[in-house]
Amino acid sequence: MKIAIIDYGMGNIHSVSKAIELCGAKPVVTNKRNQLNACAKIVLPGVGAFDDAMAELEKLELASTIKEQVKNKKPLLGICLGMQLLFETSQEAKNKTGLGLLKGQVVKFSAKFGQKIPHMGWNNLDDVSGGCLLLNGVSANEQVYFCHSYYPEPSDRDVIAANCNYGVKFACALAKENIYGVQFHPEKSQAVGLKIIRNFVESC
Amino acid sequence: MLSKRIIPCLDIKDGRVVKGVKFLGLRDAGDPVGVAKAYDAQGADELVFLDITASIENRKTLVTLVEKIAGNIFMPFTVGGGISEIDDIRNILNAGAEKVSLNTQAVKFPELISSAAKRFGSQCIVVAIDAKKQGDFWEVFVNGGRTPTGIDAVIWAEKAARLGAGEILLTSMDCDGTKDGYDLKLTKEITSKVNIPVIASGGAGKLEDFYDVFTQGGADAALAASLFHYGKLSVKQVKEYLNKRGVIVRL
Repeated sequence: MKIAIIDYGMGNIHSVSKAIELCGAKPVVTNKRNQLNACAKIVLPGVGAFDDAMAELEKLELASTIKEQVKNKKPLLGICLGMQLLFETSQEAKNKTGLGLLKGQVVKFSAKFGQKIPHMGWNNLDDVSGGCLLLNGVSANEQVYFCHSYYPEPSDRDVIAANCNYGVKFACALAKENIYGVQFHPEKSQAVGLKIIRNFVESC
Repeated sequence: MLSKRIIPCLDIKDGRVVKGVKFLGLRDAGDPVGVAKAYDAQGADELVFLDITASIENRKTLVTLVEKIAGNIFMPFTVGGGISEIDDIRNILNAGAEKVSLNTQAVKFPELISSAAKRFGSQCIVVAIDAKKQGDFWEVFVNGGRTPTGIDAVIWAEKAARLGAGEILLTSMDCDGTKDGYDLKLTKEITSKVNIPVIASGGAGKLEDFYDVFTQGGADAALAASLFHYGKLSVKQVKEYLNKRGVIVRL
């Protein structure tokens, strides 16, 4: 099975690519519409600023392609900023809106929660949703790697597949039909992370 | 709860690990991928690679190396050493590093921190500070600890955080290599002044040192090099010890 990893110049694609290969699929690192069409699933990674990322996706004419593919029920996994882009808006954004595939917004950690910002390091998964295909076999209390200052606030709470606690409880994994998103980095979360990527490859 | 992190640090020269790791029984103790894998297996939370060659012709070697590491280990790592431009940062991040660490260039051109943070997000910009006690303050040194700057390390840390650094990698030059423990006063001073994570570095020699730097120094992560490389302690031993004493770590 071919899985597209969208390469739009926003951060790490090597670890994701290698992880997908390890899980038995063929990663296709691409920024071409037709190659996305030819893949069975899509991964949208991302590190950096929300506006820059959206601008790149638009410039490459990938924003509309991604939306179209998701509408056609192709499974999509957004990682970190790639997940945040799935939402409608972000507090980080000055002039761009997100893909709007998930309802809600992305907000910044507030200093009033009494925690250092960015949220950086290994933290537990809480409230792991039993039925979520992406998190199948992943138990609450397993730790994954986070590195971020913004987090999603889905308006539809049903899409939350797992939470994380960092002064505030926030949604760190989301699942809605064929749309999946994680705030943490599965490709950097050693065995647990690989399990999640394997789930995406095999079951989502 | 967020875990305290234990971070081995590797010096890289011409794409090879220098001061090779002795204890792992690796056939090639200079191979960064092999060493990274071994630390991965020990449960290290992150790795730091410092490129000590840092010449222009070595940039490409470094980027290739970062790609190789990212393609072989599934844990976060930071790359530092001689990074001077936005393009360097982009290349290293795109090659698969989680974070880059800026030192000398950030002191010379503090706006590098703000433009990098704006471009790539604070979460991937680490500012490394090498500090040495001078009378009643800690002075920042650059160029691998060779050049004094007259800058107060505490004030610099606050400024770096304000400019958008997402983390401070704080090395005490007084304690580095002594194995007498981290500089708790310096660490405490900085961790109490900035609201970004601080990695303490320099001086780790025994298990208690890690406990002290987390509980007294307020550090978020502790870095060590030779202690781990020579196998005096393993990452696993340190984490089991901390866990027993009630410090939250990832086991």
